[in-house]
Amino acid sequence: MASEKGVDVPRALVSGPSAFIPAEQTLKGELDQDILIESFLSLGRADHATMVMALHPAYLSCFLRAQHALLELDGPLPCHWRHYIAVMAAARHHCSYLVQQHSAGFLEAGGEESWLSGLQHAPIKLRSLQTLNRLLAHRPWLITQQHIQELVCPGAEPRWSLAELIHAVILMAHAHSLSSFVWGCGLNPEPDHIGGYTFQPASPGHLPHSPHSPAPEDGRQELVEGAMEVEVLMKRMVELQQQEEECTQEEMVTRFERERSERIPTAVVRGAPPDLLLHLVEDPEFRYEDFAPRGEQSPPTMRAQDYSWEDHGFSLVNRLLPDMGQLLDEKFQVVSNLTYHRMAMHEGVDTHTLRKALWNYIHCLYGIRYDDYDYGSVNVLLERSLKLFVKTMACHPEQTTARIYHSFWRHFRHSEKVHANLIVMEARLQAALLYTLRAITHYMR
Amino acid sequence: MSQSNARGGRWFFIKNVEKMSRVTTALSSNAITGRTMFCHLDASANAISVCRDASQVVVAGRNIFKIYALEEEQFVEKLNLRVGRKPSLNFSCADVMWHQMEENLLATAATNGAVVTWNLGKPSRNKQDQLFTEHKRTVNKVCFHPTEVYMLLSGSQDGFMKCFDLRKKESVSTFSGQSESVRDVQFSMKDYFTFAASFENGNVQLWDIRRPDRYERMFTAHTGPVFCCDWHPDDRGWLATGGRDKMVKVWDMTTNRAKEIYCVQTIASVARVKWRPERKYHLATCSMMVDHNIYVWDIRRPFIPFATFEEHKDVTTGIVWRHQHDPHFLLSGSKDSTLYQHMFKDATRPVDKANPEGLCFGLLGDLAFAAKESLISSDPSRKPYPGGDRRYPIFFFKKPDPTEQFAHVSSALSVFETDLASNRMDWFVKTAQLYLLCGKPFAELCDHNAKVAHELKRPQVSTTWTMLRIMFSDPANLTASGQNLNLSKLGTLPLMNSFNMKESGAGMGPESRLERSKGESRQDNSHLEPGNLHISNNNEENEETEGSEGQAEYMFGDAELDDDDLYSMEHDNPTEELEYTLPQEAFPLRHEIMDNPAAPEHLQQDKSDSPHVSGNEAEVTCLTPIESFSLISISQPLFSPSLRPASSAP
Repeated sequence: MASEKGVDVPRALVSGPSAFIPAEQTLKGELDQDILIESFLSLGRADHATMVMALHPAYLSCFLRAQHALLELDGPLPCHWRHYIAVMAAARHHCSYLVQQHSAGFLEAGGEESWLSGLQHAPIKLRSLQTLNRLLAHRPWLITQQHIQELVCPGAEPRWSLAELIHAVILMAHAHSLSSFVWGCGLNPEPDHIGGYTFQPASPGHLPHSPHSPAPEDGRQELVEGAMEVEVLMKRMVELQQQEEECTQEEMVTRFERERSERIPTAVVRGAPPDLLLHLVEDPEFRYEDFAPRGEQSPPTMRAQDYSWEDHGFSLVNRLLPDMGQLLDEKFQVVSNLTYHRMAMHEGVDTHTLRKALWNYIHCLYGIRYDDYDYGSVNVLLERSLKLFVKTMACHPEQTTARIYHSFWRHFRHSEKVHANLIVMEARLQAALLYTLRAITHYMR
Repeated sequence: MSQSNARGGRWFFIKNVEKMSRVTTALSSNAITGRTMFCHLDASANAISVCRDASQVVVAGRNIFKIYALEEEQFVEKLNLRVGRKPSLNFSCADVMWHQMEENLLATAATNGAVVTWNLGKPSRNKQDQLFTEHKRTVNKVCFHPTEVYMLLSGSQDGFMKCFDLRKKESVSTFSGQSESVRDVQFSMKDYFTFAASFENGNVQLWDIRRPDRYERMFTAHTGPVFCCDWHPDDRGWLATGGRDKMVKVWDMTTNRAKEIYCVQTIASVARVKWRPERKYHLATCSMMVDHNIYVWDIRRPFIPFATFEEHKDVTTGIVWRHQHDPHFLLSGSKDSTLYQHMFKDATRPVDKANPEGLCFGLLGDLAFAAKESLISSDPSRKPYPGGDRRYPIFFFKKPDPTEQFAHVSSALSVFETDLASNRMDWFVKTAQLYLLCGKPFAELCDHNAKVAHELKRPQVSTTWTMLRIMFSDPANLTASGQNLNLSKLGTLPLMNSFNMKESGAGMGPESRLERSKGESRQDNSHLEPGNLHISNNNEENEETEGSEGQAEYMFGDAELDDDDLYSMEHDNPTEELEYTLPQEAFPLRHEIMDNPAAPEHLQQDKSDSPHVSGNEAEVTCLTPIESFSLISISQPLFSPSLRPASSAP
């Protein structure tokens, strides 16, 4: 009818929430319907991120709670500011998916449209977050109490209150890590996003499918190899748990440093941000930088035992932003305990060591070291293709490609790969938060 | 003591007594002296521990492991245990404990999961004795058995507790908490076989050292991690726990189910808790985050610390009482790289600075006011409790040390109920509707709001706006708008005295029907009638009233006391009040504020005007004190070293 009146009717370009995961995999009946209904009711839509996360309903429900509190509930920052901060943060990782989601949220909350056309239109107070945003996204270990002081101390103009600042920091860290997830799961644009629809009529017989849909699994050879990999991994996990190997202090440090500075060649060329985001990113060249091999000027390691989420971060967040500490804590706990006791085709597997290795590897990439962890396990358990995926996702999410996604854990279910994605996302969030919270603690001292 | 553990057996009991008496003798023969002092460490401390005779202290941290002698005037470094060019992670200590019987023996918990013992008697530079690497994760805590020389217990992040016999190369038993992260383990001081363990998930478990298969008892003590626990040194059944939820709880473990008997709410997560020696109800706490102070609490007064040590500049990580029978010396280590000895007599007493008055509005405009009882009553004959405090037993021969007592504060609580008929809150809504908070120059906004407030008959608020304008806006405008700028001149106006807080207090006097408003052409005359109630016996609901006493008992007020005594106020200057007229042009009433003395001093100086409402709202709302509680409380003696009261406070 609309078309009869000369109105163009858009047509969805994509099918399914993810370009990497076949639609039927995410929409299986085994999904927890309630959680999707719940999210539909609270968000007004079940967006692609939600649908993919729904593969892990336990996680999704606490994710949505935290996100809801962060964006909608009472807090020191006005709603449209929150969405704008998320836009600024997501733009750093060229995540047009989140930028568009939050732009819509921003406008809905009464934000001024001009702000979205460029940072220079936003209030100076928001722009003063740029340095922190940049560091938080790419090199959080560089955040010091000076950065906090510049924003918070009396006389700072414009001045942030600590509560506002911590709210903004969590928003940014949340958006950065969610960008990792969006890229890592290859989320398709929503039907109303740029790239998510077209006004071109469908060519007959052409099924809409995303530009980079998964390469069909082919070749028996690869399948056999994949199965072998799983067996090897299983064996190694068992071995590690039994192993009572003693090694020297030196050796332990070396192992940590080796993981931290291992050259995992993530994509060499980083594309310029898409036009949509160009004016929302300042200093787009600033990015994660590999830690130099030991001996050269590598920034000092942060010892997990000296500043941990459980002992320190939680209390600080809860103090400045009541309840937020609890919500984040829940998320971290759910992610670190999430397991279905299975791995690829095996059931009844204790995947604890593998999950731990993933988590600690990501923290290692961010320079956080656990005294009581042997980083040799990381090398044993995480094959190179997995490391490539994890490092790309955690450090350069915008460079994730379908190829990287498909080349690790070839025999695992998609839900297991999404599980890995969740671990990367939360570990990254915690790492970035720890550095910032430590800086704030030092400032408050 | 006499009820030593039935399972423990006679032999251990005797041994126990021997040990105790020996230590006690040590103290009396060689009384500890010293002063508040500190020394710089080269690195931040994670934990400290003292040796039995209180002459030395060991400090352990990621980059420090040293022993200091406690001398009269200073700390003297005795020994650096961190040897070797590149000390291994085994030296990175999360916890340290000095054996309380074997003075050469120390144990440390390392962040890499090692449990290490050190023998100071070794001739070599490296004093490391045993090394146990059985834990897979950081060891959070080590604890020697109080009476068994060779028994050591450890609790680790990996969820296991291990018991070591130091004569053997490996642990003798492993206890699985079935949960992540043991945060603290403590042998019971009295029950030979019992130890408590606290967990990151909020649980506390009780174990019998002979039964590694399962815990004897488990209960949830806190929401979030329980960072620490400590057995009461004298009372077998009491266990104090501290958690990330900012609470310290004291549990009675003698009953079938662990029963929470006291709870102290602190302002930050509780990292350590240590009972104070010789003081049944005192314990010291420090926090892991944000708050650097050390607090000593009387658990019966959970709302205000008994004493505070404020020396540290970063979080305090370790606290220990210097001697297990001396309550006057506390040692502490901190992330600020200092080691302190605090003398109890130098502690800050927050209660001295606390404001003993509390004022609160109820939902419907009722007003509750609590103040020091002595302020409320101007009648000298009205003694709080003429018979003296019966809780001082007659045979309490030792005169209590005043520095060991909470200030006696007894409070009176008055509740004024709003007369509903005249309870008009329209002004509130109107104010919200009419105020302008942006969109105009500051001075204009102030003027506008002053006008709004004035029209709503709220002269003080109106004046406040005017003051704001005067204080914060451009002086050029000021001279243009204000004519009565000569404050000193205003200060001499006769009407000013009549419009101060005393009068508003007087406005609630029973017999006075105050027409304060006539000059302001106000309709809602203050109209207050007292009626009152005396509350007899212990009024527990009032425990939480600010300014009243935590566990104190509320005694029957003198029933025959004339109520008017409570509320009648001498009017300072009734005649002046008659003269009082509010200038029609409103604003230049700045002098009122100038004239108002700061409330607390005022209260203390002038005992007569107590149910004293120092807010603006009070004058607008019409208050009728139909109920007034007169509560007289007497604080109890807070410790009794020589005897334990048979019945503790309700």
